[in-house]
Amino acid sequence: MPIEANGKVFETDEEGYLSNLNEWEPAVATAMAEAEDCTLTDEHWDIINFLREYYEEYQIAPAVRVLTKAVGKKLGKDKGNSKYLYELFPYGPGKQACKYAGLPKPTGCV
Amino acid sequence: MAKKFMYINRKAPYGTIYALESLEVVLIGAAFDQDVSLAFIGDGVYQLTKGQDTKAIGQKNFSPVYSALGDYEVTKIYIEKESLEERGLTLDDLQHLVWEDEDEDYAEKDSIRLVSRAELADVLDEQDVLLSF
Repeated sequence: MPIEANGKVFETDEEGYLSNLNEWEPAVATAMAEAEDCTLTDEHWDIINFLREYYEEYQIAPAVRVLTKAVGKKLGKDKGNSKYLYELFPYGPGKQACKYAGLPKPTGCV
Repeated sequence: MAKKFMYINRKAPYGTIYALESLEVVLIGAAFDQDVSLAFIGDGVYQLTKGQDTKAIGQKNFSPVYSALGDYEVTKIYIEKESLEERGLTLDDLQHLVWEDEDEDYAEKDSIRLVSRAELADVLDEQDVLLSF
Protein backbone atom coordinates (compact mmCIF):
# COMPACT_ATOMS: atom_id res chain seq x y z
CA MET A 1 0.00 0.00 0.00
CA PRO A 2 1.62 3.29 -1.06
CA ILE A 3 2.01 5.95 1.60
CA GLU A 4 1.53 9.70 1.11
CA ALA A 5 3.90 12.16 2.73
CA ASN A 6 4.98 15.70 1.98
CA GLY A 7 2.68 15.79 -1.08
CA LYS A 8 4.40 12.76 -2.64
CA VAL A 9 3.49 9.11 -2.96
CA PHE A 10 5.95 6.45 -1.79
CA GLU A 11 5.75 2.80 -2.82
CA THR A 12 5.85 0.22 -0.03
CA ASP A 13 5.84 -3.56 0.06
CA GLU A 14 2.90 -5.62 1.31
CA GLU A 15 4.04 -5.19 4.91
CA GLY A 16 4.39 -1.42 4.66
CA TYR A 17 8.17 -1.20 4.32
CA LEU A 18 9.46 1.43 1.91
CA SER A 19 10.26 -0.12 -1.48
CA ASN A 20 13.17 2.18 -2.23
CA LEU A 21 15.08 3.22 0.85
CA ASN A 22 16.86 6.00 -1.04
CA GLU A 23 13.53 7.82 -1.33
CA TRP A 24 13.20 8.13 2.45
CA GLU A 25 12.68 11.50 4.06
CA PRO A 26 11.60 12.38 7.62
CA ALA A 27 8.03 13.04 6.46
CA VAL A 28 7.75 9.35 5.51
CA ALA A 29 8.44 8.33 9.10
CA THR A 30 5.90 10.82 10.40
CA ALA A 31 3.23 9.61 7.98
CA MET A 32 3.88 5.94 8.77
CA ALA A 33 3.70 6.70 12.49
CA GLU A 34 0.45 8.64 12.13
CA ALA A 35 -1.09 5.70 10.30
CA GLU A 36 -0.33 3.60 13.40
CA ASP A 37 -1.52 6.28 15.88
CA CYS A 38 2.01 6.97 17.03
CA THR A 39 3.36 10.50 17.56
CA LEU A 40 7.10 10.69 17.02
CA THR A 41 9.08 12.31 19.83
CA ASP A 42 12.78 13.20 19.98
CA GLU A 43 13.34 9.82 21.62
CA HIS A 44 11.78 8.07 18.62
CA TRP A 45 13.93 10.12 16.26
CA ASP A 46 17.10 9.16 18.16
CA ILE A 47 16.39 5.52 17.38
CA ILE A 48 15.27 6.16 13.78
CA ASN A 49 18.39 8.21 13.04
CA PHE A 50 20.54 5.62 14.75
CA LEU A 51 19.08 2.88 12.55
CA ARG A 52 19.71 4.88 9.40
CA GLU A 53 23.34 5.42 10.41
CA TYR A 54 23.71 1.74 11.23
CA TYR A 55 22.34 0.76 7.83
CA GLU A 56 24.56 3.27 6.07
CA GLU A 57 27.63 1.71 7.67
CA TYR A 58 26.78 -2.00 7.71
CA GLN A 59 24.11 -2.36 4.96
CA ILE A 60 21.78 -4.31 7.24
CA ALA A 61 18.93 -3.59 9.59
CA PRO A 62 20.18 -4.89 12.94
CA ALA A 63 18.38 -7.60 14.92
CA VAL A 64 16.62 -6.33 18.05
CA ARG A 65 19.27 -7.77 20.33
CA VAL A 66 22.01 -6.03 18.37
CA LEU A 67 20.05 -2.79 18.22
CA THR A 68 19.52 -2.87 21.99
CA LYS A 69 23.19 -3.34 22.68
CA ALA A 70 24.29 -0.71 20.17
CA VAL A 71 21.79 1.84 21.48
CA GLY A 72 23.11 1.20 24.98
CA LYS A 73 26.58 2.02 23.82
CA LYS A 74 25.65 5.10 21.78
CA LEU A 75 22.79 6.65 23.77
CA GLY A 76 23.43 5.29 27.27
CA LYS A 77 22.62 2.14 29.22
CA ASP A 78 19.25 3.55 30.38
CA LYS A 79 18.10 3.44 26.74
CA GLY A 80 19.85 0.23 25.77
CA ASN A 81 17.23 -2.14 27.12
CA SER A 82 14.22 -3.76 25.54
CA LYS A 83 11.74 -2.18 27.98
CA TYR A 84 12.68 1.32 26.86
CA LEU A 85 12.66 0.37 23.17
CA TYR A 86 9.34 -1.48 23.36
CA GLU A 87 7.72 1.49 25.12
CA LEU A 88 8.74 3.67 22.19
CA PHE A 89 7.92 1.07 19.55
CA PRO A 90 5.22 -1.26 20.90
CA TYR A 91 5.02 -3.19 17.60
CA GLY A 92 8.64 -4.21 18.14
CA PRO A 93 11.68 -1.94 17.85
CA GLY A 94 13.08 -4.05 15.04
CA LYS A 95 10.01 -4.07 12.84
CA GLN A 96 8.39 -0.75 13.65
CA ALA A 97 11.46 1.46 13.99
CA CYS A 98 13.11 -0.04 10.90
CA LYS A 99 9.94 0.57 8.93
CA TYR A 100 9.76 4.25 9.96
CA ALA A 101 13.48 4.58 9.15
CA GLY A 102 12.83 3.29 5.63
CA LEU A 103 14.95 0.18 6.13
CA PRO A 104 14.06 -3.36 5.11
CA LYS A 105 12.70 -5.69 7.78
CA PRO A 106 15.59 -6.90 9.97
CA THR A 107 17.18 -10.15 8.89
CA GLY A 108 15.82 -12.91 11.07
CA CYS A 109 12.63 -11.05 11.93
CA VAL A 110 9.57 -13.12 11.00
CA MET B 1 23.72 -26.40 26.06
CA ALA B 2 25.06 -24.30 23.23
CA LYS B 3 26.28 -26.28 20.27
CA LYS B 4 29.34 -25.38 18.26
CA PHE B 5 28.26 -24.27 14.81
CA MET B 6 30.81 -23.76 12.06
CA TYR B 7 29.90 -22.11 8.75
CA ILE B 8 32.40 -22.94 6.03
CA ASN B 9 32.58 -20.44 3.19
CA ARG B 10 34.19 -21.77 0.02
CA LYS B 11 33.03 -19.61 -2.88
CA ALA B 12 33.77 -16.18 -4.33
CA PRO B 13 31.29 -13.54 -3.09
CA TYR B 14 29.37 -12.86 -6.31
CA GLY B 15 28.35 -15.05 -9.22
CA THR B 16 26.57 -17.51 -6.96
CA ILE B 17 24.22 -16.87 -4.05
CA TYR B 18 26.20 -19.00 -1.57
CA ALA B 19 28.17 -16.23 0.16
CA LEU B 20 25.17 -13.99 0.76
CA GLU B 21 22.99 -16.91 1.84
CA SER B 22 25.64 -18.07 4.29
CA LEU B 23 25.87 -14.59 5.78
CA GLU B 24 22.10 -14.37 6.21
CA VAL B 25 21.95 -17.76 7.89
CA VAL B 26 24.79 -16.73 10.22
CA LEU B 27 22.95 -13.54 11.20
CA ILE B 28 19.70 -15.38 11.80
CA GLY B 29 21.42 -18.23 13.64
CA ALA B 30 23.28 -15.78 15.87
CA ALA B 31 19.96 -14.98 17.56
CA PHE B 32 19.84 -18.50 19.00
CA ASP B 33 22.77 -18.19 21.38
CA GLN B 34 24.96 -20.85 19.83
CA ASP B 35 28.72 -20.91 19.70
CA VAL B 36 29.27 -19.71 16.13
CA SER B 37 32.47 -19.75 14.08
CA LEU B 38 33.10 -18.97 10.43
CA ALA B 39 35.81 -20.38 8.21
CA PHE B 40 36.90 -18.97 4.87
CA ILE B 41 38.73 -21.39 2.62
CA GLY B 42 39.47 -21.66 -1.09
CA ASP B 43 37.86 -18.87 -3.11
CA GLY B 44 35.85 -18.08 0.02
CA VAL B 45 38.70 -15.85 1.19
CA TYR B 46 37.67 -13.37 -1.54
CA GLN B 47 34.45 -12.70 0.42
CA LEU B 48 36.44 -10.67 2.94
CA THR B 49 38.60 -8.67 0.55
CA LYS B 50 38.67 -4.90 1.02
CA GLY B 51 37.40 -2.38 -1.50
CA GLN B 52 34.75 -4.49 -3.21
CA ASP B 53 32.90 -2.60 -5.95
CA THR B 54 29.84 -4.28 -7.45
CA LYS B 55 28.51 -1.41 -9.57
CA ALA B 56 29.43 -3.03 -12.86
CA ILE B 57 27.54 -6.24 -12.07
CA GLY B 58 24.46 -4.46 -10.72
CA GLN B 59 24.45 -6.27 -7.38
CA LYS B 60 24.47 -4.99 -3.85
CA ASN B 61 27.91 -4.90 -2.25
CA PHE B 62 27.23 -6.80 0.95
CA SER B 63 30.83 -6.83 2.18
CA PRO B 64 30.15 -4.11 4.84
CA VAL B 65 27.86 -6.62 6.58
CA TYR B 66 30.88 -8.69 7.68
CA SER B 67 31.98 -5.84 9.93
CA ALA B 68 28.66 -6.13 11.81
CA LEU B 69 29.36 -9.77 12.77
CA GLY B 70 31.03 -8.64 16.00
CA ASP B 71 27.73 -6.98 17.04
CA TYR B 72 26.10 -10.38 16.55
CA GLU B 73 28.65 -11.95 18.88
CA VAL B 74 30.30 -13.80 16.03
CA THR B 75 33.90 -13.37 17.11
CA LYS B 76 35.73 -16.39 15.68
CA ILE B 77 36.58 -16.03 12.02
CA TYR B 78 39.11 -18.52 10.71
CA ILE B 79 41.05 -17.80 7.52
CA GLU B 80 43.01 -20.61 5.97
CA LYS B 81 46.58 -19.50 5.39
CA GLU B 82 47.24 -21.71 2.38
CA SER B 83 44.11 -20.46 0.61
CA LEU B 84 45.31 -16.88 0.96
CA GLU B 85 48.82 -17.73 -0.23
CA GLU B 86 47.60 -19.73 -3.22
CA ARG B 87 45.75 -16.59 -4.37
CA GLY B 88 48.61 -14.19 -3.74
CA LEU B 89 46.73 -12.55 -0.87
CA THR B 90 47.74 -11.60 2.67
CA LEU B 91 45.69 -10.55 5.70
CA ASP B 92 46.29 -6.93 4.63
CA ASP B 93 44.06 -7.55 1.62
CA LEU B 94 41.17 -8.51 3.89
CA GLN B 95 38.86 -6.43 6.05
CA HIS B 96 40.05 -5.97 9.60
CA LEU B 97 37.19 -7.52 11.57
CA VAL B 98 36.88 -6.82 15.28
CA TRP B 99 34.42 -7.25 18.10
CA GLU B 100 33.88 -5.06 21.15
CA ASP B 101 34.21 -6.62 24.57
CA GLU B 102 31.44 -5.08 26.67
CA ASP B 103 33.07 -6.38 29.85
CA GLU B 104 36.25 -4.47 29.10
CA ASP B 105 34.75 -1.07 28.32
CA TYR B 106 34.09 -1.99 24.68
CA ALA B 107 37.74 -2.76 23.97
CA GLU B 108 38.18 -3.82 20.32
CA LYS B 109 39.50 -7.32 19.81
CA ASP B 110 40.49 -9.12 16.63
CA SER B 111 37.98 -11.61 15.25
CA ILE B 112 40.21 -12.97 12.51
CA ARG B 113 42.37 -16.01 13.21
CA LEU B 114 44.84 -17.06 10.56
CA VAL B 115 45.27 -20.83 10.68
CA SER B 116 47.03 -23.44 8.60
CA ARG B 117 45.10 -26.16 6.78
CA ALA B 118 46.13 -28.66 9.45
CA GLU B 119 45.09 -26.36 12.31
CA LEU B 120 41.74 -25.70 10.66
CA ALA B 121 41.15 -29.43 10.40
CA ASP B 122 41.51 -29.63 14.17
CA VAL B 123 39.06 -26.74 14.66
CA LEU B 124 36.53 -28.47 12.38
CA ASP B 125 36.95 -31.64 14.37
CA GLU B 126 35.79 -29.84 17.55
CA GLN B 127 32.48 -28.68 16.04
CA ASP B 128 29.03 -30.16 16.59
CA VAL B 129 27.54 -28.84 13.36
CA LEU B 130 29.28 -28.01 10.06
CA LEU B 131 27.43 -26.02 7.41
CA SER B 132 29.16 -25.73 4.07
CA PHE B 133 28.41 -22.94 1.60
